[in-house]
Amino acid sequence: MTTVYVPGDSAARSVGAEDAAQAIARAAAARGDDVTIVRNGSRGMFWLEPMVEVVTEQGRIAYGPVAPGDVPGLFDAGFLAGRAHSLCLGPTSEIPYLKKQERLTFARVGVTNPIDLAEYEAHGGLRGLRAALAMAPQDIVEEVVRSGLRGRGGAAFPCGIKWRTVLGAEARPKYVVCNADEGDSGTFSDRMIMEGDPFVLLEGMAIAGLAVQASKGYIYLRSEYPDAERTLALAIAAARRAGLLGDHLLGSDRAFDVEVRRGAGAYICGEETAMLESLEGKRGMVRPKPPLPALEGLFGCPTAVNNVITLASVPFILDMGAKSYADYGMGRSQGTLPFQLAGNIKRGGLVEKAFGITLRELLYDYGGGSASGRPIRAVQVGGPLGAYLPASRFDTPLDYETFAAAGAMIGHGGVVVFDDTVDMAEMARYAMEFCAIESCGKCTPCRIGSRRGVEVIDHIRAGRKASGNLALLRDLCDTMIHGSLCAMGGLTPAPVLSALDHFPEDFGASRGAKLL
Amino acid sequence: MGNESPAVASVSDRFSSADVVAQAIADHRHLRGALLPILHAIQDRLGFVPPDAAHRVADGLNLSHADVQGVISFYHDFRAARPGRHIIKICRAEACQSMGGRALESELKARLGIDFGETTPDGAITLEPVYCLGNCACSPALMIDTELKGRVTPERLTLLLAPLRDKP
Repeated sequence: MTTVYVPGDSAARSVGAEDAAQAIARAAAARGDDVTIVRNGSRGMFWLEPMVEVVTEQGRIAYGPVAPGDVPGLFDAGFLAGRAHSLCLGPTSEIPYLKKQERLTFARVGVTNPIDLAEYEAHGGLRGLRAALAMAPQDIVEEVVRSGLRGRGGAAFPCGIKWRTVLGAEARPKYVVCNADEGDSGTFSDRMIMEGDPFVLLEGMAIAGLAVQASKGYIYLRSEYPDAERTLALAIAAARRAGLLGDHLLGSDRAFDVEVRRGAGAYICGEETAMLESLEGKRGMVRPKPPLPALEGLFGCPTAVNNVITLASVPFILDMGAKSYADYGMGRSQGTLPFQLAGNIKRGGLVEKAFGITLRELLYDYGGGSASGRPIRAVQVGGPLGAYLPASRFDTPLDYETFAAAGAMIGHGGVVVFDDTVDMAEMARYAMEFCAIESCGKCTPCRIGSRRGVEVIDHIRAGRKASGNLALLRDLCDTMIHGSLCAMGGLTPAPVLSALDHFPEDFGASRGAKLL
Repeated sequence: MGNESPAVASVSDRFSSADVVAQAIADHRHLRGALLPILHAIQDRLGFVPPDAAHRVADGLNLSHADVQGVISFYHDFRAARPGRHIIKICRAEACQSMGGRALESELKARLGIDFGETTPDGAITLEPVYCLGNCACSPALMIDTELKGRVTPERLTLLLAPLRDKP
C-alpha cells in the first residue's frame, strides 16, 4: 500500500488539487495499484500546487504542479516508488524554500491529515495542553509572558500581558475569543492553520481557557472561508469525542468548549471591539476603549481576544518552554512569524521565519522576484492599512519596532508585491475607497474622510488644482490619523501617504519632485 | 414571494420562507447573540433574507425591527433579493489587483453583461465583489458558490463559466 498526499487546502484545490486527486485515484484503480490518498494541508509553496507527495522508503517525495494530464506519465515513470519525472521535486523536506524555514507554529501543516487527532498527537500535539493542565493559571500566563509572544493579528500587543489582565479580572464568566476574521489582502496564514492543522488552534484556545479561567471559547470566522468552517466543524467534533474539548479536558476536571460563529463580510469585524459587537448579534460598530475587552469584552465579561496564529503558537511554548520560543527573533520581536508572500511574486506562499529576516530575502531568496518577470516596484506589508515600500526600503529587517520606526507595520505578516506597471495613485485611491466601503460609520474622520479622500485623489489624478488638492489630501490624512476611533480610519492614510511620499511621480508630479 | 425571476427554480420554491424563518429562529434562539446565526441560517436556505423576515426575527428574539434591519443592512453578506442559481464573488483586493484583477473584473462584468449586485437575465449568475478570499499567492481569485478558484485567466474564465449557464 502506498500513501499519496494531495492537499485538500482550498488554495491548492483552487488550482486543481481536486482534479489531481481524482486522476490519481482513477489511474491507481485502473492499474490495480494499492494507493491511499490522504488530503493534507498545503505546505505553502503555492507555485508548486497542486503538489503531490508520495511516501517512499526514502521519505516523502514531492511532485508538482500536477495537472490531471500528468498523472498517467507519473504512474508510468514509477512515481509511487519515488522515481524520477520532470515534475519530481525530490524529498519534500529538502526543498530549499521549506528547508530554510523555522516552522514552529506550522510544524504539522501539510504534514498530517488535518482532522486525524491520533496523527496530531503522534506529531507532538497535545503536549502543550498536558503541560498546562499540570500548571497553575498564573504559571501558564507567566510562561507566555516570558516567551515574548505578541499579538499576531497585527497590533502586536504582548499576549501574556493581556492574559494577565483577564486572569486578574474578578467578573465571571470569562471568555476566549479567537479572531479568525482574516480580512487583510495578502494574508492566508490563519486560513492555512484552520484548514491544515485545526487541532493546534483548538489546543491553543484550551490552554488560553486554562490560563484565564474561561470555559467557553468562540472562533469568529469570516464567511469568505467556507472550507475552514467545514474543517473546523470536523475537528471540533473529533476533539469533543476524544476529550480535547468538553467538560473534562483530557480527563481532568477542567472544562473548555469552542463554538464557531460565522462573520458576514465586514472587514471592520476584524477589529476586536467590532468583532465582539458582531458576536453579540449587533452591527459591527467599533467600541471606544477603555474599557479594555480584557476587562469588559464579550457580553460585558472579561475576554481574551487573540488572533488564530497567536493562539496556535501557544502549544509550542507550553510544550517546549518559553525560552525555546524566545530564542528566535530579534529585539522585542521574539519568536517566529508566518510571513505570507502574495500578489505579483514568482514563488508565493507561506514562509515561517524568525523576526529579523529582511524584505529583500523574502522577495528574492524565497519569492524569486516578480511573477511577471518585471522589476518589483512596490510592496505593501501588513494588509490594506499597511504602507507601500519602495525598493530602497527592502533591506529593512522585519521586526515590529524597526518597521514602526520606518513608518510601516508588519501587521499580520502579509507581503503583497507589485511590479513596475502599478499605478500608485490608483492604489492610494483604492485604499480610501476600501475604507469608505468598510468603515463602520461610527466616527466622522473615517466615514466621511475616506469618501472625501477618494474625491480628492480623483481631482489630483485628473490634474485639477493638483497642488492645492495634494495639500488637502495630506490635511485630510492628518485628520483621519488623529481623529479616528480605531485603526481602520487611523491607518488608512498609511498606504496613501506612503504612496505619495515614495512614488510622487504617479500623482502627476515630476519624478523626485517634493510634494507639499 | 420571491417571484422576481420566474426562471429561477430555487430551493426556496420548495419551502415557505415563513417556515424557514421560523425554523431558523427555533434552531438558534437559545444561543447568546443569536441574530447572525439566525440570519445566516435563513440565507443558507433561501439564498437571501426576505424583507418580511426582519419582523419575524425581531419578534422571535424580542428585539426591535429597527435593530434587526440595522444588522441586516450593516453586513455585506446579507441579500435582500433572491440571487441567481450561482453566485460569483470576485476579489477586488490588492493582491489580486497586482495580478490583473481589475482587468479580470471588467472582463467578467462584460461577459455576464451585469454589474455588482446584479443577476444575469437567465437567472444563472449573480455577481458580487469580495475583499480577499485568502488565496493571495494564487491571484487573481474568485469564488463560485463556495468553491475557491485561483490563477484565473480569461481562458480559464470561459471554462469556469460554461457549466454555470446550464439549467439545473
